Amino acid sequence: MSAAIAALIQADALCFSRNAERIFGPLDFQLEAGEALMVKGDNGSGKTTLLRVLAGLLPPESGEIRLGGKPFSRDTFVQLAAYLGHRHGHKAELTVLQNLRFTASLHGAVSESHLETLIGECGLAGFEDTPAGKLSAGQNKRLSLARLQARPSALWLMDEPYANLDLTGIDWVNRLVQHHIAAGGGALISTHGAYAAPAVPVRVLEISRSAAHA
Amino acid sequence: MRELRALLARDIGLMWQKRSDAAQPMLFALMVCVMFPLAMGSEPARLAQSASAVIWVAHLLAGMLVLDNLYRSDFEDGSLEQLLLAPVPLPMVIASKVAVHWLTTALPLLVLTPLLAQLLFLPMNLLPVLMLSLLIGSLLMSLIGAVVAALTLGIRRSGLLLALMALPMYVPVLVFGAGSVWSAGQGLPWLGAIYLMCAGLVFLIVLAPWAAASALRLALS
Repeated sequence: MSAAIAALIQADALCFSRNAERIFGPLDFQLEAGEALMVKGDNGSGKTTLLRVLAGLLPPESGEIRLGGKPFSRDTFVQLAAYLGHRHGHKAELTVLQNLRFTASLHGAVSESHLETLIGECGLAGFEDTPAGKLSAGQNKRLSLARLQARPSALWLMDEPYANLDLTGIDWVNRLVQHHIAAGGGALISTHGAYAAPAVPVRVLEISRSAAHA
Repeated sequence: MRELRALLARDIGLMWQKRSDAAQPMLFALMVCVMFPLAMGSEPARLAQSASAVIWVAHLLAGMLVLDNLYRSDFEDGSLEQLLLAPVPLPMVIASKVAVHWLTTALPLLVLTPLLAQLLFLPMNLLPVLMLSLLIGSLLMSLIGAVVAALTLGIRRSGLLLALMALPMYVPVLVFGAGSVWSAGQGLPWLGAIYLMCAGLVFLIVLAPWAAASALRLALS
C-alpha cells in the first residue's frame, strides 16, 4: 500500500445479514483523517446496524474492517474511536456532571475545568446538578455529545447525532464536527438526510436495504 | 485501576439512589421468616429443626428477585454498549458489577440473618455455621447469577426464563450450604461441604466473569 497515511476506517466488501436476510452490503468505503462520511438512508435502511458493525458490537457476515491500517480489534477501536449510539449511554439517575465525570474517568484523566467548559459549550450550564432523567430528549442528546468530547478519540461514529435537537443544536453539532475534523479527526455520521451537513469535506454513503451505492 | 474505581463508585452511587430496590431482598427474606411460623405453628422445637433450611431458601429466592437488575438498566439506556467499548476489559466490568451487586443485595441480607435466626429459634451454636455457609453460598449464587442474567439479557421479559435457568444451578449450592448446617446440627463433621463450596467459588471467580462477558456480547449483538 503506497498511501502515506492509512485511512482512519476502511471497509472492504462489508456485508451484514440477519436471519438470512441481507441488511446491507457489500459496502466499500474509507474515511481519512480530516473528512466526514455521511451515511444516508431512510428509516430501517440499516444505518444503525452499519455503525454497530463498525463499532464491533455486531460481527460482520463477511468483509473486513481496518482501523488506522490495522485489522479490526476491540483494542484498536477503543484507542482510536468513540461510538455515540442512538441510546444515550448515560444514567438517568446521575447528574449531568456525574455522568460526564464518569465518562472522563473511564477513559483517562479528569480535569474538572474541562468538564465545566464542556457543559457550558453543550448548552447545559446551570443543569450541572440536574439528574439526566429530568432533562428533555434534546438536552440528553447534548449531554451524550458532551460525553463524546470528554475523552480524546480520533474517529467519531455518530448515530443520528441530530435527532431531537433544535436548529441551534444542529448548528452546534455541525460546528463540533467541523472543529473535530479541523483538529485532524474524522467523523462517520448517520442521518436520514433532512439536515444541513457540516461545512467540512464530506463523503456521502447512501445505503438502502440490501443495496448500497457509495 | 482508576477506571475500575470509577465504575465501582458509579454503581455504588446508583445503588444508593435506588436503595429501596436494594432493600427488596431483605424485606422478602424477612417476610418469609415471619410467615413461616404462622403456617407451621409456633412450637420452638419444630421451628428450630427447619430454621436453617428456611433461611437458606429465603436467601436463595431473595437473590433471584433482584438478579435481573444486574445488567438490565445499563442495557436499556445504552450504558452497557459504552462499557463494552471502554478501555476496561469486559470481564473486569462484570466482576465489578457482581461485586457491587453482592455488596448491596446479599451483604445486607447476611447482616439481617442473625435476626432471622432468632425469629425461627435456630440453636445459637449453629449460627456461625449458617453464616459461613451463606457467605460463601451467596457469593457463589451471585457469580452463577451473573452468567445466567447475561444469557437472558436479550429477552425482554426474561423473569421466568431466568428463574428456570438459574434454579437448577443454584441447587448444588443449596444442597451443600444447607447440608453443612444440617450436619453441624447432627453433630457430624460439616467442614467438607464448606470446602467443596470454597472450591466452587475459586472456580467461578476465575470463570464466571469470562463466561458472562461472552454471553453479554451475544446479548448485545
